[in-house]
Order: sequence, then C-alpha cells, then structure tokens
Amino acid sequence: MAETIHADKTIDARGSYCPGPLMELIKTLKQVPVGTVVEVWSSDAGSKRDIPQWAERAKQELVYIRDEDGYAAIGVRKVK
Amino acid sequence: MTQRIVIVGAGSGGTMLANNLVKALREQQRDDVEVVLVGNGEDHLYQPGLLYVALDLELPAHFHRRQRRLLLPGVHLTNIPAARIDRKEQGVQLADGSHLAYDYLVIATGSHPDLDEISGFRQGAYSFYTEPEALRLRDALRDFRQGRILITIGIPHKCPVAPLEFTLLLDDVLRRQERRKEIEILYTYPIARLHSLEPVAQWAQEQFEQRDIHSEIFVNMEEIDANEQVVHTMEGIDYSYDLLVGIPPHKGAAVIRNSPDLGDPDGWVPTDRKTLQMKGDEHIFVLGDATDLPISKAGSTTHYEVAVLLGNLLRALDGSRATQTYNGKAFCFIEADEAQATYITFDYDHPPQPVAASPLLHWFKAAYNETYWLSLRGVL
Ligand SMILES: Cc1cc2nc3c(=O)[nH]c(=O)nc-3n(C[C@H](O)[C@H](O)[C@H](O)COP(=O)(O)OP(=O)(O)OC[C@H]3O[C@@H](n4cnc5c(N)ncnc54)[C@H](O)[C@@H]3O)c2cc1C
Repeated sequence: MAETIHADKTIDARGSYCPGPLMELIKTLKQVPVGTVVEVWSSDAGSKRDIPQWAERAKQELVYIRDEDGYAAIGVRKVK
Repeated sequence: MTQRIVIVGAGSGGTMLANNLVKALREQQRDDVEVVLVGNGEDHLYQPGLLYVALDLELPAHFHRRQRRLLLPGVHLTNIPAARIDRKEQGVQLADGSHLAYDYLVIATGSHPDLDEISGFRQGAYSFYTEPEALRLRDALRDFRQGRILITIGIPHKCPVAPLEFTLLLDDVLRRQERRKEIEILYTYPIARLHSLEPVAQWAQEQFEQRDIHSEIFVNMEEIDANEQVVHTMEGIDYSYDLLVGIPPHKGAAVIRNSPDLGDPDGWVPTDRKTLQMKGDEHIFVLGDATDLPISKAGSTTHYEVAVLLGNLLRALDGSRATQTYNGKAFCFIEADEAQATYITFDYDHPPQPVAASPLLHWFKAAYNETYWLSLRGVL
C-alpha cells in the first residue's frame, strides 16, 4: 500500500474565485519553511490543471491530487 | 450595564460599520452600548482614487475627506492608533499607552503593501497602492518617453482588478498623449491566465489584442535587480524593464502582527467564513481586508460583510448566537478605458459571469466613486 502523505497545512479555498486557489497556495508557500506540504481545497475544476502546471514551472513538488466530495485536495511540497 | 464595542480601523469597513451600528442602536432605543472607533489620522482616503492619481487624471485632494465629518453622532472617534490587542484581557492598548477595554472588538485594520518583502522592490519598482507611491509613479510616468513598462503582481494584494484597470487606462492615456508608439506595455500575472476570474481574463485577452498590450502568465517576482533593471521570478525566467510598475505583496496591519495569539505570520486574522467571527474567540469580529478568507480584498466584499457582521454583533449584545451568514459576495466595476466600463459579481456558490463593457457602466462607476462617501454614512 502506498504511504499516505499528510499535509502540514490546509487551505480551504472552496468557492474562491478571486484570488482563487492557486494564488492562495502561492501566498501560503511564501510563509512556510522548506519541506512543508501544503494542501489546498479547490472546487474549481481548473485547479487540477493549473496547480500542477505552476508547481512544475516554479520547481515545487506536486505530491498528490485527491478527489473529495465536490472538491479536489491538492498537496504541494515546498522544495525551495 | 453599559457594553463597549471597540472598532479598530477607520477605513471603509470600520467607518461604515460604526455608522450603521449607532443607527441600529438608536432604532432599538438602546443607550447602554458605547461605540468607539479607533482611527489613525485626521483624513479618510478613498483608496481606489489612487489609480487616477498615478495616471494624473485627478489630484489627491479630490479623494480626501475629514474622518470626523463622515461619522454620525454617537460614534466616539479616537485618532490615537492601536498598538496592541490583548485578547486575554479583552483590551486594546493605544499608542499613548492608554487602555481601552472592550466587550466586543471589531478588527477592521485593512491590508497594507509591503515594499520590503521582495528584495530590490523599493529601489527598482513604482506602485500606486499608497498615496506617496502613486505620486512617485505619476512623476515617473510624466517623463517616460520610450522603452518597456513592465507590470508585475505580488500576492496577496487588495483590489484584484486594479492592476488590469491600471494597464488599460495607462494604454488609453499614452495613446491620447501620442506617446504609445515608442512604449511597450508588458503585463504579467501570477497564474495561468490574465486574471483570476475567467471571464475577466478572456475579456482582458481581447482588449490586449486590440490594443497591442503584451502579456506573460505564471510570473511571480522573487527579486528585483534595480541596477540591471531586471525582475527575477520564482519560475526562473527574467524580465527586463525600463520602468517597473509592481503591485507589492500585502500584509495584515502591524498591530495584528504585534499582538499575541491574533493573526497568522503575515498578520491576517483567522476568520469564520460565514459568521465573520474570529476563529476561537466569540468576542472578536473581523471585517474587510483584515480577514484570512480566500476572497477578494475589496471595498465591495467589505460592504457586503458589514450587514452580516452588524446582525451578528447586535445578536451578541443580546447574548444570542451568530446566525447571520456571509455568502462570499463580491461585486467589481472594471474600467476599460476613459469611456467604458464593465462589472462582475459572484459569491462562494456562484461563479462569475461575463458582462459586456458599455459607456453606461462607465458612468455608474464614475457615480460610484462619488457616492462612496454616502455609503460610509450608511445611506446606501
Ligand atoms: C489603488 C487601489 C484601488 C482600489 N480599487 C478598488 C475598487 O475599484 N473596488 C473595490 O471594491 N475596492 C478597491 N480597492 C480596495 C479597497 O480600498 C479596500 O479593499 C477597502 O478599503 C478595504 O476596507 P477595510 O476597511 O478592510 O480596510 P481600509 O479601508 O484599508 O481601512 C483600514 C484602516 O485601518 C487603519 N489602521 C491600520 N492599523 C491601525 C491601527 N493600529 N490603529 C488604528 N487604525 C489602524 C488604516 O490606516 C486604515 O485607515 C482599491 C484599493 C487600492 C489601493
């Protein structure tokens, strides 16, 4: 069984259209130390595409995308 | 026994709430509640006006009023700023050392641009989020004749449409002054499109194509090299500029960061997204930009929050529970140029829908700029 990774910090950005889940994530990653896993909850279908795209460009690590009831929980580890 | 409500911050939210509160108390014929508003200056500034100041379309004085004259009788104003909030003692310490006890506290201390978070910002960038900065930008733009104006956006920032409005109005002003040919405008945005709101992003894309405004996405400032005139980004790409207009990342007010067990490291107060109570403290409510909610930091969200917060505060005074709920509603006018505007509205459960820009909406926005002062008094 795959090891479950637990988030160190969770942001509830459901229903957030502006600034939106990705900006909430970037804001939070600036606050936390390297190594922290931040989980963002998004009800915007676009996040499952945008957040991994940004993480790749900014060289942060996407650790999981979990589908929950009516939203996605997306975990990103700060690596730099 | 008299109960005291202390509201810290006499900006849009604090002023509007104080006036609506004394009105409601008068209607209820209650004289057992004292309303104290803690401000930090004689003047009240209409912040959206700074956009017009930076572009030299209006003078700052047009957007100032005396704070005292905006308040209804019954609001006790002090202009000695709050230095520290002590939740355990239920008190606010003012900058002169005096102490103000509260039964209920409303935190309405706003959001504040931080010119020092990004290294080199102060040396390399201009912005328009405070009056001195807007004036500095105005003077720099006046003398700018050719090269690239780069617009970069820090996170978080208040009024998420202001950078886009600035860009469109800048293009308009430069064209009218016949300066646009020698000047490139490059607008950048932190995420995968030109604005958080998808319909606004699509609309911006069309506007940019028509007006030859260049753009890049996924751009987050990391460091500014003022000597080389280059912005280094988190995404590893560098952007050069001749004049840099940066939206500084914002933080919560210093008083939040200086008080124990109040805000997160950046000074945002953990807030219940529905009741607007501080999480874990029923004696504290949070209004407007000061919250940690994932919604736009804007005058319009603040305006909608006032009604909910007022309802819950009046219930708290009677010893009952907070039953009024905020639904995340936001409404924004967006200036397209000096003749047209559009608007957008949404809440937690309803995504934004596109609306076409029109001259009529431009006049609504212009009228809104003037009626702000009435809405502060609780008239609108
Ligand atoms: C350039 C610009 C354009 C904008 N355009 C728009 C727009 O088009 N539409 C829109 O809806 N919004 C717009 N906004 C945003 C809007 O102005 C704010 O979101 C709104 O004012 C938030 O209200 P608030 O009461 O939370 O904070 P504020 O109105 O900022 O008030 C907070 C107050 O608290 C005071 N304060 C802080 N610390 C202390 C202390 N320790 N003691 C006492 N007082 C303290 C501050 O000085 C300030 O007066 C714009 C803002 C800017 C800067």
